[in-house]
Amino acid sequence: MQRHLISAADLTRDDAVLILDTAEEMSRVADRPIKKLPTLRGRTVVNLFFEDSTRTRISFEAAEKRLSADVINFSAKGSSVSKGESLKDTAQTLEAMGVDAVVIRHGASGAPYRLANSGWIDAAVINAGDGTHQHPTQALLDAFTMRRRLIGRDAGLGQDLSGKRVTIVGDILHSRVARSNVDLLHTLGAEVTLVAPPTLLPVGVETWPCAVSYDLDAALPKCDAVMMLRVQRERMNAAFFPTEREYSRRYGLDGDRMAKLPEHAVVMHPGPMVRGMEITAEVADSGRCTAVEQVTNGVSIRMAVLYLLLGGNEPAVAPTRTEEK
Amino acid sequence: MSKTLIRGAKVLGGAPQDVLIDGETIAEVGENLSAEGARVVEADGKVLLPGLVDLHTHLREPGREDSETVLTGTRAAASGGYTAVFAMANTFPVADTAGVVEQVWRLGREHGYCDVRPVGAVTVGLEGKQLAELGAMHDSAAGVTVFSDDGKCVDDAVIMRRALEYVKAFDGVVAQHAQEPRLTEGAQMNEGVVSAELGLGGWPAVAEESIIARDVLLADHVGSRVHICHLSTAGSVEIVRWAKSRGIRVTAEVTPHHLLLTDELVRTYNPVYKVNPPLRTERDVMALREALADGTIDIVATDHAPHPQEDKDCEWAAAAMGMIGLETALSVVQETMVDTGLLDWAGVADRMSFAPARIGRAHGHGRPVSAGEPANLTLVDPAYRGRVDPAGFASRSRNTPYEGRELPGRVTHTWLRGKATLVDGKLT
Repeated sequence: MQRHLISAADLTRDDAVLILDTAEEMSRVADRPIKKLPTLRGRTVVNLFFEDSTRTRISFEAAEKRLSADVINFSAKGSSVSKGESLKDTAQTLEAMGVDAVVIRHGASGAPYRLANSGWIDAAVINAGDGTHQHPTQALLDAFTMRRRLIGRDAGLGQDLSGKRVTIVGDILHSRVARSNVDLLHTLGAEVTLVAPPTLLPVGVETWPCAVSYDLDAALPKCDAVMMLRVQRERMNAAFFPTEREYSRRYGLDGDRMAKLPEHAVVMHPGPMVRGMEITAEVADSGRCTAVEQVTNGVSIRMAVLYLLLGGNEPAVAPTRTEEK
Repeated sequence: MSKTLIRGAKVLGGAPQDVLIDGETIAEVGENLSAEGARVVEADGKVLLPGLVDLHTHLREPGREDSETVLTGTRAAASGGYTAVFAMANTFPVADTAGVVEQVWRLGREHGYCDVRPVGAVTVGLEGKQLAELGAMHDSAAGVTVFSDDGKCVDDAVIMRRALEYVKAFDGVVAQHAQEPRLTEGAQMNEGVVSAELGLGGWPAVAEESIIARDVLLADHVGSRVHICHLSTAGSVEIVRWAKSRGIRVTAEVTPHHLLLTDELVRTYNPVYKVNPPLRTERDVMALREALADGTIDIVATDHAPHPQEDKDCEWAAAAMGMIGLETALSVVQETMVDTGLLDWAGVADRMSFAPARIGRAHGHGRPVSAGEPANLTLVDPAYRGRVDPAGFASRSRNTPYEGRELPGRVTHTWLRGKATLVDGKLT
């Protein structure tokens, strides 16, 4: 494992499988009456959020607290950042307070990379989503969810996603979730197909390790998981597609389309969902939709990442196993 | 009258000759000239070029003296072998009146390191709506001949047409920053494979090419000449080549950084590589070199764009666009054009002195190295190789993309009308 987690592309297959396996161990903690491990006791983690993201911040915060870390939440709104303080000064100020890891969410692509590689700070940097670049813990929790659903909780241990077919649908152009998933799923051996109107695919996508299609109906019968991405209504105003209705007719997932999926296939969504746009309520509320599980799994994945980046060589769950005896 | 004898210099890369400077002019060029009464500079195989002329420099004064001033910028120019620079109009206030251009011109004269030829804005406030008083700027002491809204594109076709027509009255030229604004909203880097991966807003080649195509057709229609700033794509080269083959009076420039660097460098997210137009692909770089060699691209211009450190020491999206280039331009041209065999030193003299002086009507600059001509000269040691160390720059800013990179060639002497502005690599 590297010192930072900036991009899903930085993970080897073995790194990724280790994180997924560790997350399985972490998830057992959540099943206990006392959901807490002493692993990061005395370590300080700052959640540095320059962009509003309640769910990701809460997920990281839950993970940090379950590992007994001291948690500082820093949100850019109403802080010195809104008064013109630079990223460099903000980061150095926080590090001067003795921070071991920085979890950063930033609207500018590459901000976490800059933080990790400019010599500004020494702390470990975990990317919690940067611009339209990467969101590696989201890709990891998605892979974790797929492995559990498609292979099995215990059967999946040590396994990657070889041969699994995953279709990702929606605003690929502006999606850090799509970029992270393409990188990680490819590393884990899955076959990825992107489906979107041509306007919402980046120029250069042809070099990505995945297939590209404009036809959702053709892709659905051949996949083990379909991941629906949020499509912001504002995109319509920039002429990416004509109307909301046209978008959902061509690229939205409704009950009829869901019926074209193989029996075992799951429907995924990173949230927040725009019901009626990319997904109908019928699909979102069905048993095949893993959106809520993904949130639960997100905490386990983030615990695993924090543990592996900060926890050193101690076995993750060993101390509490002793307690169990 | 002070005399200087430059002994054994390869004039434009030819056989070694002696060059005698007397006062402001070249008195004699030949073999075994008498050194009597003259200070002697042993050229010892170095290459003597006409003083370089930069058609595209940002001196930042007035308004952004924290990044550069006329003094620091012209010292950087002398250090890089330049004897004349054209100072772009995007200052604060904008150089859109006779008063501002005269101020900039006068500062250059007072400092005496390098002639400063102000570029006038095409439109008031660079806003693309109303023509600035182009005639008044031409008639001022600054004698403006080049007009540009550089930094912004004159995107309104009618305004562009009128500007092209209007400046014909005094033999002016419009230098276009070719960037279709709607196609480049939120643009952060070249649109392509790398931008797709990095999640940075794309600046597509077509946004440059479509404006160039329109402007060469407009220039043809109204019989004007047009100059294209910092041409950066293989497609732009094709359009200019086509236009020239049709006899359209178009000239074009390329920057040193577009001859050497590619968008692969953006993977570092280091804003020192953030520039407008953006770094393109290897294929574009090769096309630009070839076009400069065959004359499709007429000149090298630096687009020297100083920025204070805080504007680069940040995340990519927040950073300013631009790189400094005056002090490294000749080295980059030697690396990419001379050492690759694409251009000889006579070709370098043409692309970096004769042609830019001709396009900008910089009288007294870009002249042959021969008796009776103004002694604007640059002596370069092509055998030198060294790592770029910005600490030694004369520019007030340090935003060079070449820090630590090994480059060939070093300007050792510069003479502006017979007066040495750089001696043994040190400013006078």
